[in-house]
Amino acid sequence: MLRFNILVLACLSYATLLFVVAFWAEKRAEAGRLGWLRSPMIYTLSLSIYCTAWTFYGAVGYAVRSGLEFVTIYLGPSLMMIGWWWILRKLVRIGRVQRITSVADLISSRYGKSTTLGVLVTLLAVIGTTPYIALQLQSVALSFAVFGVNDPSGAVLPDLDKTALWVAVGLAVFTALFGTRNLDANERHHGVVTAIALEAVVKFFALVAVGVFVVWGLGDGIGDLMAKIDASPVAQHPIQGTRWIALTMLSAAALLTLPRMFQVLVVENSDESHLFTAGWAFPLYLFGMSLFVIPIAVVGLEVLPAGSNPDMFVLTLPLHADHRLLATLSFLGGFSSATSMVIVAAIALSTMVSNHIVMPIWLSAQGKGGATVSGDVRRVVLYARRLSIFGVLVLGYLYFHFSGGSEALASIGMISFTGVAQVLPAMLGGIFWRGATRLGAILGVVTGFVVWAYTMFLPSFGAAAGFTPELLEHGPLGLTLLRPQALFGVTGVDPVVHAVSWSLALNTLLFLLGSLFSFPRPVERLQGAQFVNVFEHSGSTRSWSHGFAEAEDLLVMAQRILGPSEAQALFQSEALAQGKEGYLPDTTPEFIERLERELAGSVGAATAHAMLGQIAGGVVVSVEDLMAVADETAQMMEYSSQLELKSEELSRTARKLREANEKLTALSIQKDAFLSQISHELRTPMTSVRAFSEILRDGGAAGDLDAASLERFSTIIHDEAQRLTRLLDDLLDLSVLENGQVSLNWARDNLHDVISKAVNASAEGRTMAIRRNEIAEHIAIETDPDRLAQVFINLIANARKYCDAPTPELRIETRRLGRDRLEIDFIDNGSGIPKDKQAVIFEKFSRLTDHAKAGGAGLGLAICREIVANLGGTIAYLPGQGGAAFRITLPRVRARG
Amino acid sequence: MGKRVLLIEDEPNIIEAIRFILSRDGWTVETHADGATAVEAVGRKRPDVVILDVMLPNKSGFDILRDLRADADHAARPILMLTARGQKKDRDMAEAAGVSYFMTKPFSNSEMLETVRRLAGTSDEASGEGHG
Repeated sequence: MLRFNILVLACLSYATLLFVVAFWAEKRAEAGRLGWLRSPMIYTLSLSIYCTAWTFYGAVGYAVRSGLEFVTIYLGPSLMMIGWWWILRKLVRIGRVQRITSVADLISSRYGKSTTLGVLVTLLAVIGTTPYIALQLQSVALSFAVFGVNDPSGAVLPDLDKTALWVAVGLAVFTALFGTRNLDANERHHGVVTAIALEAVVKFFALVAVGVFVVWGLGDGIGDLMAKIDASPVAQHPIQGTRWIALTMLSAAALLTLPRMFQVLVVENSDESHLFTAGWAFPLYLFGMSLFVIPIAVVGLEVLPAGSNPDMFVLTLPLHADHRLLATLSFLGGFSSATSMVIVAAIALSTMVSNHIVMPIWLSAQGKGGATVSGDVRRVVLYARRLSIFGVLVLGYLYFHFSGGSEALASIGMISFTGVAQVLPAMLGGIFWRGATRLGAILGVVTGFVVWAYTMFLPSFGAAAGFTPELLEHGPLGLTLLRPQALFGVTGVDPVVHAVSWSLALNTLLFLLGSLFSFPRPVERLQGAQFVNVFEHSGSTRSWSHGFAEAEDLLVMAQRILGPSEAQALFQSEALAQGKEGYLPDTTPEFIERLERELAGSVGAATAHAMLGQIAGGVVVSVEDLMAVADETAQMMEYSSQLELKSEELSRTARKLREANEKLTALSIQKDAFLSQISHELRTPMTSVRAFSEILRDGGAAGDLDAASLERFSTIIHDEAQRLTRLLDDLLDLSVLENGQVSLNWARDNLHDVISKAVNASAEGRTMAIRRNEIAEHIAIETDPDRLAQVFINLIANARKYCDAPTPELRIETRRLGRDRLEIDFIDNGSGIPKDKQAVIFEKFSRLTDHAKAGGAGLGLAICREIVANLGGTIAYLPGQGGAAFRITLPRVRARG
Repeated sequence: MGKRVLLIEDEPNIIEAIRFILSRDGWTVETHADGATAVEAVGRKRPDVVILDVMLPNKSGFDILRDLRADADHAARPILMLTARGQKKDRDMAEAAGVSYFMTKPFSNSEMLETVRRLAGTSDEASGEGHG
């Protein structure tokens, strides 16, 4: 008897071997030395994950229970590979051209990158695959148990549950290690695929070895076997036509729709031509796997004690015969079948879960701009993958744990097949019918899913899920039409056939109706055309590596983008590096990559790739590429519109500069005029002073001046000298006021006192009546009383000087404006200021009358305006008052801040 | 009757000074203060020398000068221009307009007298001999 510990050791050694092989293959792939790792045989062997523990152990049990029917499971995929390989070829081509990563991705891409469909298919795949994973865990646990029971020491009686847990953990670690080593855009996993190929060989030889042992070791060869078969109950099962057809179709569909099969068939495919080899080699492999099922079943029934689990015959027969080596090999075969399935399924599901569920949630949680740092996203994707792998295995373990381990492996497999087959209408419709729409696909998948869950998946849980025998018998709430296994009154049909036909029929019907009655969006139409006409759009398997690019074509294009001199320099340097002369290097992949990088700097990565793809690669420009090109174009347009804005801004600045210059020129002209004015105002009195002083000097010498003239001339000199002084004072005053450098002496005062002071100070000159309402003038005001008085004096003096009435009179009227302001008007009874001059009287040197009367330089009102402004008020000419009228408005309180 | 000067000026003190200086030398000094009617005054009085201020009410001295020169009657009449704006461009403008002599305020009394004498002499032979 085989010691259990030795089995565990063998098992661990085998697992280590798988790790080593996977690691080694991964290293070779990284180094670019794939060699035979890319051979069609490896591809074919990787397809063998179709044969799980269900086929390794379960087929024999199936044969015991239902005779030859197990053959349908092998028949479906074989027919598919031989008869309908063109469907596979189309899928593989679409997968490569569109860079499809999973079934969910295929469906979602085809129907206009539909997120809904991506999520739906992912959920369907997870729900459909979880029982299957549980099944694998169970079979490994069971096989351990079989050994445990037979352990002579009896010391170790392994707990099924614990075993399954450890197997799940080990598989999760392996898958996370080799399934997420790198994020290849093509999602190819050379290490995993190589390890699986090895497992395929192991399980094949294990099963064949057990078969050979059974036929020739336990029996007496073929003749003896045939006689035994004829006598065996296995041969007594009648062949049910409908079940055969349904099961064959179902397993054929499973080849396309099972997530793990899609993974190895489409995603891991590196060369379309591998399909041709697989087309004959894979059916042959399946044939080999099925060849000894019946013999093992028949002999097992005959040799083993009654009541033995037929699902374990493959293992219990060698054990019963005490054939240690064969038993171990058989165990490793079963272990291989289970683990390879779980690993690939976990990779496929984790890709879907992370791409269609985790990433969209993460991205939307990040908000806009979250995905700008690509390194960030990469790390998140890796973590999402690893998390999903563990999640998938935890689900599988939990299913196993809570379902308590169903005895019949085959039924779980059927449920799983039927579940994932719900993708089939949308998949086939998507790649062969351009009229298929997103709505149709969603309706079909949802309907199929619901019907499958109701008629097959949930009833498999029995009463635990509420599907009691009563419900199965009478329907929910007594609605017999809705009996889960006799839907719409269709009775007497095998439950599997019933579920398969109803779910797929309703699925297809709604898919067709939905597609016919909805209108595809533009993206859907584009994608539809890309998928359906994939062979027209894509050349053969041309790629960068063996392209037909003419260096000349590339040069022409590069010149257009980079500019002639730069493009020629690039091509020349490359030609030189290749040891050639001239401008035309060989179009090696390295050169094309370099060129793509250079072009990408100018036109963006997507555009560069698409352009080179057109010329060099024969690679189809996908809608995604086009979208990316459009994005880049939009960015460039934005950039150029930014440039436009910039240039607009520049011209605005230029205009401002021009305006400023004009203003400066105007100011300069004003300054010239001002200086000219000052010069005039200063020189005029100086002329008089000089002329008369010369007269006095010369006259004094000659003695011909009378006393009256002498006095008159000296008076003129004195007056003009005073005029000069006053002028200089005014100019200084004005300059200080204009520059805002004046220091005001704010104080509280009574307006009446200020006006009185001004009236008294300007009493000199012509007689003029001044009329005031002194009572109204009693207003408290915070101001600079001296400066304000200066304004009043100026206005009173002006009136005295310029009022041309026979009896000059000045009215001073004061009033409050609300609480905070007050108004003072100075109105004389003269003829006033002509309308055309009213606007300029506050400007400097705007003296209106002749010099004689003025005696000032025309700065008075300019000074008044500046003082009032400094006091926070305004002064304006008040037209229409008969005489000259000025209105001053002032705040009663100094404005703070 | 002596030579006549027409003084076109609006500053009373300056008028008085020039009148004093010239009349002491035997000149008849007539005055006009308004720019607008200055050309008309010259035509009416036909003086031997015109003394013309630049800054006049209502019409600038330059405009008056241009108008006078445009009139054949006054094309050769001696015109002495006086200005308190001592910039070079004023002198240039005056010369371009055909001024006989350009003088900046404040002026020297003797220079004023000499200039008026000289201008009257070059334009009138008889008088020129008299002062020669």
